[in-house]
Amino acid sequence: MKFFPLLWATLWRRKPRTIFTMLSIVVAFLLFGLLQAVNVAFNQGVEMSGADRLITHGKYSFTEILPYGHYQQIRSVPGVDKVSHATWFGGRYQSEANFFPIMPVDQETYYDVYPEFVVADDQVATFKRERTSCIVGRGLMEKFGWKIGDTIPIQATIWPKKGGSNAWEFQLVGVMDARDETMKGQEDFMVFRWDYFDEARAFGQGTVGWYNVKVANPAEAETVGRSIDKLFANSPKETLTETDKAFNAAFIKQFGDIQFLIASIIGASFFSLIIITGNTMMQSVRERVPELAVLKTIGFRDGGVLALVLAESALLCLIAAVIGVLLSTFASGFLKPFLPGLEVNLGVWTLALGAAIVLALVVGAIPSLRAMRLNIVNALSGH
Amino acid sequence: MAETLIALDRISKHYVRGKEKIEVLHELSLNIEQGDFLALMGPSGSGKTTLLNLIGGLDQPSAGTITVSGQRIDTLSGGRLAQWRARNVGFVFQFYNLLPVLTAAQNVELPLLLTHLSKSERARRVQIALTVVGLEDRAKHKPSELSGGQAQRVAIARALVADPTLLVCDEPTGDLDRKTADEVLGLLQTLNREHGKTLIMVTHDPRAAEYAGHQLHMDKGRLIEAGAQA
Ligand SMILES: Nc1ncnc2c1ncn2[C@@H]1O[C@H](COP(=O)(O)OP(=O)(O)OP(=O)(O)O)[C@@H](O)[C@H]1O
Ligand SMILES: [Mg+2]
Repeated sequence: MKFFPLLWATLWRRKPRTIFTMLSIVVAFLLFGLLQAVNVAFNQGVEMSGADRLITHGKYSFTEILPYGHYQQIRSVPGVDKVSHATWFGGRYQSEANFFPIMPVDQETYYDVYPEFVVADDQVATFKRERTSCIVGRGLMEKFGWKIGDTIPIQATIWPKKGGSNAWEFQLVGVMDARDETMKGQEDFMVFRWDYFDEARAFGQGTVGWYNVKVANPAEAETVGRSIDKLFANSPKETLTETDKAFNAAFIKQFGDIQFLIASIIGASFFSLIIITGNTMMQSVRERVPELAVLKTIGFRDGGVLALVLAESALLCLIAAVIGVLLSTFASGFLKPFLPGLEVNLGVWTLALGAAIVLALVVGAIPSLRAMRLNIVNALSGH
Repeated sequence: MAETLIALDRISKHYVRGKEKIEVLHELSLNIEQGDFLALMGPSGSGKTTLLNLIGGLDQPSAGTITVSGQRIDTLSGGRLAQWRARNVGFVFQFYNLLPVLTAAQNVELPLLLTHLSKSERARRVQIALTVVGLEDRAKHKPSELSGGQAQRVAIARALVADPTLLVCDEPTGDLDRKTADEVLGLLQTLNREHGKTLIMVTHDPRAAEYAGHQLHMDKGRLIEAGAQA
């Protein structure tokens, strides 16, 4: 690249200005990388969901409970392969700080519908045999030092037992692993048996939280979903069936509209970045009008001068962006213990470099056009 | 008889500024021979720079034709004209117009970046050009580290490096003291006599004009007298 020395020298024409501009780009991309990493962490739940899975929940809110009677009816809908169900239990282990999801599920079908969670066959068999048993994710087991055979006490927050006690106990008979390395952490929840739950709870007998439906053909998922909802239309408990992905996205929304928040912060920081960097590029071109005219005199074409200024802008933005994302990669490594799944992955890098190129084009557009249109005679004579 | 390198035929040039039309050159005709060293003189505002810019392909006439080595350059498009300049013309300005961020050698190399020459071949030619102007030991210096005379010699090296037939110089010694000016003018004369370059030089200084083979005087956009000298 024979033009590189010219570009490089021009970039550092005013060192302090270039350094300050680069610093602001570095900081913006550090923020960009970290927020995208947070996005990655929150999206994992959405990404892992199978395309062949539907969730049927109450029409007006997924916190509505549904009659267990829907189970057989959903199974009879054409195109449905398997049906399972789960309910939100809430509850906590020892203290509030130890929060993890707990759900009573149908022990016969749950792992057929969720093959991404792997449990040893003999442990599933024990789960199906022992009424008060439970299974937990490997991460939870290690975190709390549980062993197979332990009794785990759980304090109910929604569902007391008959007689009013909130103290539930489950025997640990199995441990779940995520099938896929990228899903690690997703398996950290607890399941126990719905039949035991239904019999022991103080109220709500004969209901479940939602149904998980596996369809025979993913391409028909939407049609099958509509048939299910039609089945219960105008019944006291109408349903809404969505893909697992949409459901998870909606569920994550409960924690605040994080995606929107992230987009707003990134948007704001890029807006100020465009102003800072754009100003630098404008000044850089304005103060070397005679030099650009000399390049044209020598025989550089208008397009060549345009390319030089754009390349200068790209060099400025890309160098600083790479530094910024590198820093965010290190930083997310340190922060991972606080937010599992936090990762500056290849997708984040691609997005960041794409954003840097867009930034370079946006801030380079006007100065490079100005350089291109520059009239030699006027520029040299000061007219 | 030397052959004609540049033929200007009834060229006019006007600038439009707002509603005002400024006539700068009026139906001017002129032939310049291959190997000539021409000094262009005249009062300020008489149109010398304008004429030089037309000859060097920096600007287009409003009317008339310009032929250089048999090629019409007044009809070339912007891109073609840029290419033509890169191959045929070297420019030297009053204020040197070097790029301050580049070293002397890098400044001289600029025109070669537009050629297909290899890196080593470019370096070799830069070295030769700097030797011709007597500055081979200043290759790594920035323009701010050079005297005015040295900077102008670097600019001359840059004008020569692509080996153009024509050098156009607009008041090349306008910013230099007598002694330094004499050195630069001596260098231009050598380029004309020993390297066969055709030179056109605008100057206000009669002593500078004496280095040239011919002098032309302009006034109000017309040539008023063409005197030949020994
Ligand atoms: N780009 C331009 N736009 C408008 N008018 C111009 C432009 N360039 C030159 N002129 C006008 O054309 C006339 C001739 O200018 P030119 O620069 O050719 O004169 P000159 O003989 O080189 O003068 P000097 O000795 O001062 O350099 C002047 O009146 C000048 O104001
Ligand atoms: Mg002039």
